Amino acid sequence: MLKVDNINVFYGAIHALHGVSLTVNEGEIVTLIGANGAGKSTTLRTISGLLRPKTGSVAFEGKTISDMKAQGIVKLGISQVPEGRRVFANMSVMENLELGAFIRSDSAEIAADIKMVFERFPRLAERKGQQAGTLSGGEQQMLAMGRALMSRPRLLLLDEPSMGLAPLLVKEIFSIIQEINASGTTVLLVEQNANMALAIAHRAYVVETGRITLEGSAQELAASDAVRKAYLGG
Amino acid sequence: MDYSALFLQVVQQIINGISVGSIYALIALGYTMVYGIIRLINFAHGDIYMLGAYVGFYCTTVFQFSFLPALLMAMIVAAIAGMIIERVAYRPLRYAPRMAVLITAIGVSLLLEYGGILVVSPQTRTFPAVFPTTLYNIGGVIISSQQVLILAVSIILMVILTYTVQRTKIGKAMRAVSFDTDAARLMGINVDMVISITFAIGSGLAAAAGVLVGVYYNSIDPLMGIMPGLKAFIAAVLGGIGIIPGAMLGGIIMGVVEALVSGFISSTYRDAAAFAILIIILLLKPAGLLGKNVREKV
Ligand SMILES: Nc1ncnc2c1ncn2[C@@H]1O[C@H](COP(=O)(O)OP(=O)(O)OP(=O)(O)O)[C@@H](O)[C@H]1O
Ligand SMILES: [Mg+2]
Repeated sequence: MLKVDNINVFYGAIHALHGVSLTVNEGEIVTLIGANGAGKSTTLRTISGLLRPKTGSVAFEGKTISDMKAQGIVKLGISQVPEGRRVFANMSVMENLELGAFIRSDSAEIAADIKMVFERFPRLAERKGQQAGTLSGGEQQMLAMGRALMSRPRLLLLDEPSMGLAPLLVKEIFSIIQEINASGTTVLLVEQNANMALAIAHRAYVVETGRITLEGSAQELAASDAVRKAYLGG
Repeated sequence: MDYSALFLQVVQQIINGISVGSIYALIALGYTMVYGIIRLINFAHGDIYMLGAYVGFYCTTVFQFSFLPALLMAMIVAAIAGMIIERVAYRPLRYAPRMAVLITAIGVSLLLEYGGILVVSPQTRTFPAVFPTTLYNIGGVIISSQQVLILAVSIILMVILTYTVQRTKIGKAMRAVSFDTDAARLMGINVDMVISITFAIGSGLAAAAGVLVGVYYNSIDPLMGIMPGLKAFIAAVLGGIGIIPGAMLGGIIMGVVEALVSGFISSTYRDAAAFAILIIILLLKPAGLLGKNVREKV
């Protein structure tokens, strides 16, 4: 479904990704794990069209998207929950969800989808008129996820959804990710919390200083010595 | 001293100030909206106001338009000019250092001013009297029909703008881009288009101000945009740059302070008052009256 082929990405002179390749098949949860600064967010930002690879390409369902603008990529069905949530803090929960549906114009179905998001995240429903900036971290994460779902993505990119959340809330978020996947949305999950990520993923990639160093099924990687030492605390 | 006469005079100056202030407010809106969305002080904005005044002038004199069609035409032409300026001068510098864009804006401003002199000649033109002047005496306070017109047009435009920004899809997209451009991109918002529309709206409002000033003062010239442009910029800073209601408030305060200074001290100090406001606000509350803690964009 998604094929990232040997991309090299730069920030000015900084060479952030060195020939990263990965694939995501329809229906999967694939996780990309790695330490701070490894290049996980850079990979997602490139897939979403916020960055352009200098060489290499990204293809979605056979179509090259690495030369497309971000809005076109959203329209094709790729939606991202960015690192740090990035909700529109000065707007209400409702307005954030409406913006998530920006590319759509079917207002009746948008209203139905907002209802669906509220069913999935009841805490958002109680706060729909509240400014997003006044929500707790967990609620903002839920809003960012709900907002990303509003474009009806077929591939959902999640950048460190567990960041800064209490363990119980992380569990909740991860089970919601599994639900979203079970209802037919493919997921590419970036995490530093390798334990949790490997527990729900089908396949995994390890990225270190801009290079993919390991890949395999989630069970394989969870069992491998290298991963246990580096990311699972022994 | 007769207190009731003094009171009447204060009210009179406040009314005069509000009408001039709503002109500043209309111009200030363009500064603040453009700043809100691309963090650029568009120095050419005052000249768009001049352009609007000239389009209004030619529409009424050469083409014999009545006021409303002339106003609309001026707004449309200025909106297109604003979009072209953004496209040609600013967009190629989207990722350039801010100083480069700022200098370009000054260049565009000079181009419009001296290009204007070349095209329409430096002479001052008399704006035709599109409305007969009627003076209304309300309990000793004099209000002219032009002042009523300025207020009515400004209020209508500001209501439409507020509605657009708060309620419509494009308005929400504008707020989203202004708050976090990359997050807006991830929503599928076409950021270039939103920036273009922002320039169009800001320029249209400035053009409306230009036509209204033509009607109010009856005279226009190619350099007329410099001073009101500067003052409207100060008004935007006063209200809190990037904040739409701030620009409206800042414009009105600016107009009222100027009117009170010229009415009770001397009109020689009018311009000085404007700059005194800038210095005071920068010292006491740099984020502006409605500004919160300054949040630099990442
Ligand atoms: N805007 C930027 N400008 C310059 N360098 C950047 C920029 N963003 C990231 N980098 C660099 O690119 C490399 C990869 O960063 P990236 O954000 O992709 O890491 P990450 O794996 O997401 O890390 P984290 O887990 O901390 O989010 C890092 O060395 C980082 O310093
Ligand atoms: Mg990251």
